[in-house]
Amino acid sequence: MVPLSYYLVLSGILFACGILGFLIKRNIITIFMSIELMLNGVNLSFVAFAAHWQHLSGQIFVFFVMVVAAAEAAVGLAIIIAVYRTRETLNVDQVNLLKL
Amino acid sequence: MDLHLALFLIFGAICVAGAVNLLVQRHPINSALSLITVMASLAVEYLLLGAEFVAAVQVIIYAGAIMVLFVFVIMLLNAGEEERSGGSRIALLIGVPGMILGSTIVAWVLLEHSATGSVSIGALPGDPKKIGWLLFHDFLLPFEVTSVLILIAIMGAVVLASKPELSSRGEKER
Amino acid sequence: MLSFETFLIASVIKIVIAVFVLLTAVAYTVWLERKVVGHIQNRWGPTRVGPFGLLQPLADGIKFIFKEDLTPPHVYKPLYIAAPIIAVMCALTSISVIPIGNPVRIFGYEIPLQITDINIALLIILGITSVGVYGVALAGWSSNSKYSLLGGLRASAQMVSYEISLGLSLVGVLILSGSFSLQEIVAAQSGSWFHVIPKWNIFQGQIIAFFIYLTAAYAETNRIPFDLPEAETELVAGYHTEYSAMKFAMFFMAEYANMITVACLATLLFLGGWHGPIFGPPVLQAVLPVAWFFLKVVGFLFIYIWVRGTLPRFRYDQLMAFGWKFLLPLAIANLVITALVVALKS
Repeated sequence: MVPLSYYLVLSGILFACGILGFLIKRNIITIFMSIELMLNGVNLSFVAFAAHWQHLSGQIFVFFVMVVAAAEAAVGLAIIIAVYRTRETLNVDQVNLLKL
Repeated sequence: MDLHLALFLIFGAICVAGAVNLLVQRHPINSALSLITVMASLAVEYLLLGAEFVAAVQVIIYAGAIMVLFVFVIMLLNAGEEERSGGSRIALLIGVPGMILGSTIVAWVLLEHSATGSVSIGALPGDPKKIGWLLFHDFLLPFEVTSVLILIAIMGAVVLASKPELSSRGEKER
Repeated sequence: MLSFETFLIASVIKIVIAVFVLLTAVAYTVWLERKVVGHIQNRWGPTRVGPFGLLQPLADGIKFIFKEDLTPPHVYKPLYIAAPIIAVMCALTSISVIPIGNPVRIFGYEIPLQITDINIALLIILGITSVGVYGVALAGWSSNSKYSLLGGLRASAQMVSYEISLGLSLVGVLILSGSFSLQEIVAAQSGSWFHVIPKWNIFQGQIIAFFIYLTAAYAETNRIPFDLPEAETELVAGYHTEYSAMKFAMFFMAEYANMITVACLATLLFLGGWHGPIFGPPVLQAVLPVAWFFLKVVGFLFIYIWVRGTLPRFRYDQLMAFGWKFLLPLAIANLVITALVVALKS
């Protein structure tokens, strides 16, 4: 018997690591992976709540989150490839032509 | 300490270790591999909650297809290690303490006010039959919408990643 | 029901036997391939080491162990060493959910001939296959050489593309059987029509699915006609160019173990598993299902090797076009038709 809050704390830790990675990393691909980490943390809390309230919709929603993550990963990686082709760099700080 | 708690703690520790490793590693391929271990241990956590179909789908799709896409792009673009720059130092100095503070507050609030009870091992068996029934009866509209979404994503990705046309360059040379 | 200790001991014994049998089967699949391909090409194949060259795998094993294990200096060491480990682990783990016969009674205990009976066994095998792609991709990338990178990228792109058709071809079988569990899928194929034609899934209308599965399996295991990523004339040796001795042997083993897993899965899903004519005294009746399973797996492997000796290989763009533009729509059509027929019948 594991208290529900343990699952939520684990999900929160993963989410926080995702946000941290999004903020401190400079490589575009690693930033993307931090977004995926955030989505995984959220998936865990969905499944945990589904088990707690005995309602299967939580597990169904995980599918939709995964599908959206897949679509976003595909488009995002295509954008990264396009950016790499023109800017020749994967460092977020150097894609700054529009900066004042 | 029963088996459920022990397994939860072991795989939870692997999840957190993988997440922290993703932040600490400088080369994106190492971050990708740590993310894969996070996803695999999350699949075990789902199994502990009884969501067997979701766990299998997590491994097949998330760890087996989406992360392969990431690894592909890293291999294709020959991503190297990250360099330290001014912006990254500031973000590290402010971001890490701020995030740790914020998440500690949230975790403390959750643990303080958690009168919500426990879940047992295999609490809600996610039978594929039941999930399929729900997916095609109650959640039919989101299902169809997400299939259209994937179609749009495929078209967008193909257009964005394709090489630019050579015809314009040919005309300039004439 | 078995007590926990009995279950544990039985499982450990089954794991040891299964791994041992699988590794021996891998070795003798290599022997079978060399003999069959040799005869197709009008030569003998191994004949010198033992009768009919049957000890050739032993000689090969000894050679691999004693070869110099060369690690080039320019490789990315952690992934270089991890990649063959991932490949072999995934290849050997799939055997854990494959049942080979009816449950047997030993010492009064009823023991199923399967290491674990999971009710999502088919998804587990698909998941392990998906993770096996990493062995190839990381091997190609960590070797830090042009041929390896190209071979690794091509092989993983090919494997990921054909995984979809593989999965979709299996959904027709799932619709007919109503469960992901391999025991139940085989149980749904028992019996026969008119006592002559067995009720295997291949005769219950899944013949197109069988051929889609066959083709996708060739692509998944990187065998001819889809073996461009490791073709000698194209890419030296593709993703395992920079590997020598034991690590190369691990890739080799992983490829053949994948072949055997695919063959076992095909017999379970399409050819009725261990169902076949049962006759004779009780001892024979206990052994016959396993013998039928074994025969069907060997037949499927023979088809694999036969195709290898006969067909030329696809070019890479032909390969990808075939997988996405022909095989995938065919698999979807098969799924729709099967679902329609089952829905109209009930």
